[in-house]
Amino acid sequence: MTIRPGRIAVHIALILYTILALGPIFLILINAFKTRRAIFADPLGLPNGQTWTTIGFDRVFANSDFGLYFFNSLTVTIVSLVLIVLIGAMAAWALTEYRFRGNTILSLYLAIGIMVPIRLGSVSILRMMVELNLVNTLTALILVYVAQGLPLAILILGEFIQQIPKDLRDAARCDGVSEYRIFFSIILPLISPAIATVAVFTMVPVWNDLWFPLILAPGDGKQTITLGVQQFIGQYVTDWNAVLASLTLAIAPVLALYLLFSRYLVRGLTAGAVK
Amino acid sequence: MADVSLHGVAKSFGATEILRDINLSVDDGEFVVFVGPSGCGKSTLLRIIAGLESVSGGEIRIDKKRVNELPPADRKIAMVFQSYALYPHMNVYKNMAFGLKFAKTHKAEADRRVRQAAEILKLTPLLDRKPRELSGGQRQRVAIGRAIVRNPSVFLFDEPLSNLDAALRVNTRLEIAKLHRDLGATMIYVTHDQVEAMTLASKIVVLNQGRIEQVGAPLELYRSPRNLFVAGFIGSPRMNFIKGQVLRAEGSNVTIGFAGTEATLDVRPGSVNPGDHVTVGIRPEHMEAGGAESTSLRGTIDAVEQLGESSYVYMRLASGDDVIVRAPGETEATPGGTYTAHVPTRALHIFDAAGLSVLPDQS
Ligand SMILES: Nc1ncnc2c1ncn2[C@@H]1O[C@H](COP(=O)(O)OP(=O)(O)O)[C@@H](O)[C@H]1O
Ligand SMILES: [Mg+2]
Repeated sequence: MTIRPGRIAVHIALILYTILALGPIFLILINAFKTRRAIFADPLGLPNGQTWTTIGFDRVFANSDFGLYFFNSLTVTIVSLVLIVLIGAMAAWALTEYRFRGNTILSLYLAIGIMVPIRLGSVSILRMMVELNLVNTLTALILVYVAQGLPLAILILGEFIQQIPKDLRDAARCDGVSEYRIFFSIILPLISPAIATVAVFTMVPVWNDLWFPLILAPGDGKQTITLGVQQFIGQYVTDWNAVLASLTLAIAPVLALYLLFSRYLVRGLTAGAVK
Repeated sequence: MADVSLHGVAKSFGATEILRDINLSVDDGEFVVFVGPSGCGKSTLLRIIAGLESVSGGEIRIDKKRVNELPPADRKIAMVFQSYALYPHMNVYKNMAFGLKFAKTHKAEADRRVRQAAEILKLTPLLDRKPRELSGGQRQRVAIGRAIVRNPSVFLFDEPLSNLDAALRVNTRLEIAKLHRDLGATMIYVTHDQVEAMTLASKIVVLNQGRIEQVGAPLELYRSPRNLFVAGFIGSPRMNFIKGQVLRAEGSNVTIGFAGTEATLDVRPGSVNPGDHVTVGIRPEHMEAGGAESTSLRGTIDAVEQLGESSYVYMRLASGDDVIVRAPGETEATPGGTYTAHVPTRALHIFDAAGLSVLPDQS
């Protein structure tokens, strides 16, 4: 294969973008293991014998309920993810497969949900949660994230469901497979790449969100990890070792989940492009 | 085993009428082929029988019972789709066994049926493969296997051979015919290919624009097409049509002039009158080279195709009509020359201005 100039340009662009995207993560990782002095003296340097320290991690575990925050974040993210994928796939299936009154209106309504940021409704959401007695609960966060993630999930999954040949569902119907079974045994397995895509797109903003934990669940031991990190950032002094250490710990699970899904993700993004 | 009958079946998608007033009965054990040009509603009719599509009017009976309201699974049918519709994430064994799980078939019995079907269709070595690891012909056989294990009373096939290459198509056609003999089940088969229809069917249903044009045994349709559409659709190359006019009529005996010749034959009494315009049909294979002036067509040769066992001569008559002649063996004819073909009167088909055959019923 000859290497064309166009290919080289694309690769350079991609490499630069990768550096840009990974740079901050790399900086956080190396600086989390350096002394405060070394962080400011040589922010780009790798930790060495003199600058190596785990004091940040020690302080994170000693001074905060890090384990609890981590558990809260994980609970919120995973439960939201499961609900979004499950309800999203079911709704997408219903909207693409069945003709019923209100079908188009419902699809349009969901499309609006993609375009209007949910934060615009923060005040009413807070008021509603107060009325429902859900302030300072993980349920409040999960409800909001599910509402936030569903419209896009339904759109993406609907597109994929539409690509599944209609004959397949008809064959299953001739086989006497119930509509639920068709969904769980045929549709879900076939859209698993799309589910991975949706999972990644949904998971990262939920895990990273600071806004809703701050207004809906800022206390009572229901803080998420992003909120937990905030306590090391003071108005006058910031404990950089602890901030970087907790960020490092916060990145780990997203990274793990990303690696888990990414094998499918690539297929999901390119599926339909070739065939 | 079951018979199938349709009574006044109609189907519209929105405002467009796709099928209208379809009446048809399929006897138990019969092999019925729906044939017609693409888009005429064959698949829709098949899907209506399967229960995958609802009707806008009329009644469907299977085994003499009304099934309009029954879901596909309760109609004792099995369908083979044009796209095979194999479950991509299941291996061959699971593809065939999947439906049995929901038919409350005992596990051991399901296993026995799958293995037996695999044996019949020579799929045994492939049972662990995924559909994407199979060739087109093998996928087709899995699709048929999935139908067989359900032990249906009626098999429905929707253009099952159209994705196969020519050689495989002939092979699979023979296998399907054999399957019908072995199982003795009722089969309804959709195709747009009239050769498939002629070779497989015990009864052909010719559909056009959502209507049944004619129903009959293959040779019946070939010998006495009821109208221009059926005459042109059945037979390959298609029947030649030449403009003609009724010259004289004495009772049922009429003389028709066409392309400079005339022919005298019997028609249904009163069906045509002197002066009427008619269409004269003659199949390419029923014309013979040479012949006397008075009963022959003479024209300029446009093209010649030599197939070895026969040859096709394409000629243009002085009247402007294009005619194809199928001559047995090889021919000396060359493009640009003139060609004379004898038209035997008993091989002629006569259609009136509305396109209906006026020949007396031969049955
Ligand atoms: N679900 C549908 N909605 C609207 N029109 C349809 C639908 N299915 C089929 N048709 C129309 O019905 C006609 C007959 O289709 P079909 O039965 O598939 O034809 P065939 O199988 O004979 O080629 C076509 O004109 C097609 O466009
Ligand atoms: Mg069709």
